[in-house]
Amino acid sequence: MGLSSHFFSYENHNVRLYKGSTNAAPLPAASITSFTSRKHKPSFNKMATLTVSRPLFGGFSFENCKRNALLEGEANKVGCSLPAARKTGTTICGVVFKDGIVLGADTRATEGMIVADKNCSKIHYISPNIYCCGAGTAADTEMTTQIISSNLELHALSTGRLPRVATANRMLKQMLFRYQGYIGAALVLGGVDCNGPHLYSIYPHGSTDKLPYVTMGSGSLAAMAVFEDRYKPDMEEEDAKRLVRDAIAAGIFNDLGSGSNIDLCVITKGKVDYIRPHDEANKKGVRTGDYKYKRGTTGVLTKAVTPLALEVVEETVQTMDTS
Amino acid sequence: MRSGTTLREKMAAAAMVPIFGQNVSDKYDLVPDWTSREVSTGTTIMAVEYDGGVVIGADSRTTTGAYIANRVTDKLTPIHDRIFCCRSGSAADTQAIADVVTYQLGFHSIELDEPPLVETAANLFKASCYRYREELTAGILVAGWDRRKGGQVYCVPIGGMLVRQPVSVGGSGSSYIYGFMDSNYKPGLSKDQCLELTAAGTHCCCKACWELPSTVIHTLYHLSHSLYLSVSQLCLWRWRGDGSSGGVVRLASISEEGVERRVLLGNQLPKFSTH
Repeated sequence: MGLSSHFFSYENHNVRLYKGSTNAAPLPAASITSFTSRKHKPSFNKMATLTVSRPLFGGFSFENCKRNALLEGEANKVGCSLPAARKTGTTICGVVFKDGIVLGADTRATEGMIVADKNCSKIHYISPNIYCCGAGTAADTEMTTQIISSNLELHALSTGRLPRVATANRMLKQMLFRYQGYIGAALVLGGVDCNGPHLYSIYPHGSTDKLPYVTMGSGSLAAMAVFEDRYKPDMEEEDAKRLVRDAIAAGIFNDLGSGSNIDLCVITKGKVDYIRPHDEANKKGVRTGDYKYKRGTTGVLTKAVTPLALEVVEETVQTMDTS
Repeated sequence: MRSGTTLREKMAAAAMVPIFGQNVSDKYDLVPDWTSREVSTGTTIMAVEYDGGVVIGADSRTTTGAYIANRVTDKLTPIHDRIFCCRSGSAADTQAIADVVTYQLGFHSIELDEPPLVETAANLFKASCYRYREELTAGILVAGWDRRKGGQVYCVPIGGMLVRQPVSVGGSGSSYIYGFMDSNYKPGLSKDQCLELTAAGTHCCCKACWELPSTVIHTLYHLSHSLYLSVSQLCLWRWRGDGSSGGVVRLASISEEGVERRVLLGNQLPKFSTH
């Protein structure tokens, strides 16, 4: 069970983190490092090569879907279930102010009803002047923004110019539309380019809206209520930051899917302020007392020690396979 | 909460096609339903042809389920200098199609070295909408002016049909004004008559269905010689309850040489009702 349990848990991680993308078949040791994410290191270095690594084509490969279904069936037989995709039930928002953009996000990542990460970072880097907040499936937002960031950097090298927010928007919407909503990434894209500050909201099916203030995620209603009340065009930076902070706080305190801290990202021409955390809205409390009683609190009247006679009836040895 | 189903849902029911984005997150109470629903423009759009140009109008609401995602949407999308399309149905699908057709028409126009015909644009829309009819939910009105035939309106509904009509309405709110349009539209309308027709029509629409998902902004494009059109407000049923009752209208007035956009705010709209 040793090897197969390693096998199973490694592939489990692949199922969760990569959602069927690339080939998740076990690779020889040399190429493992190129494949793992920074969050997950393989727990073994030597492994029998069962399949040969293939060159990756563009886009998703759905080869492993059948295998995943089989694994899920086997897991259910044993009684456990595969981990659910981690969603960021979230509050993210952005606002255009006089000199630029303020993006804000909460920091809670949930897996079903459980908080998987109390302090995750939802504001992703796209280019030096463009950042993107992501709501929806955590893996999808992470990977989508990374793919577009990489493509945008290559594009910027070929054009020789600082990338424009409209370009990032176009690339994101065309990719999400191509996958017909199966990539669950709802994004708030903001940045400052040669034409000024721009803010877009991008939905998983590929539609976009260009607006002066946007909110996304499960807490977006609460945040939007704050924006609709207090937004004014051409605000100062401090007002804009306070507005975004209040909007995210509204999401955090009124939506169960959002919580923990508030991250802010202020983008202006030539400068980016990534403030993480801007506000620790939910600090873990400190215990005020302890229920442990000191030895001697209860007086001891008598003490009697009786050794029990036990004999070994059966002894079995279960070997652990550590290869 | 909306008693009227969107055109999309009706079509989906008719075609027994599943609606996208349905209920991946239903089991998780923390993430509400509308975060995974597809963004749709439950809409009213209309286009009217008359001598010398066309007038087009649309509301400005985009919804995801029961939530208004964007209350200031611009559903009148320029495809070329004198050609516009009115979009209804899935926001993603219509934006994507419009982008593709804009590219194709721009390329074609450069090859021709002259402004493209409205019929060409309409055929490009039809080609995309028909080829991918199973995957798309897009109802589009193509309207514009060209030198050969003047003002024209082409209707490309869901499924990819193409037909030229002097006046056309579309979107989920259009069903409320078919009767009105049938009885009140006559060919050869003058400027003032057109004005009254559209204003009364949309107001009727508004009265007939107070929960019509059409709102704040009506965007009008007027591709002709100084014709002013006012589109009346539509009832607002705001999810957020931020007090913006009454609609907003965008008016556009274009001279013979171009396109002119205008926006009418709710309090500037003409009132046609006694109560």
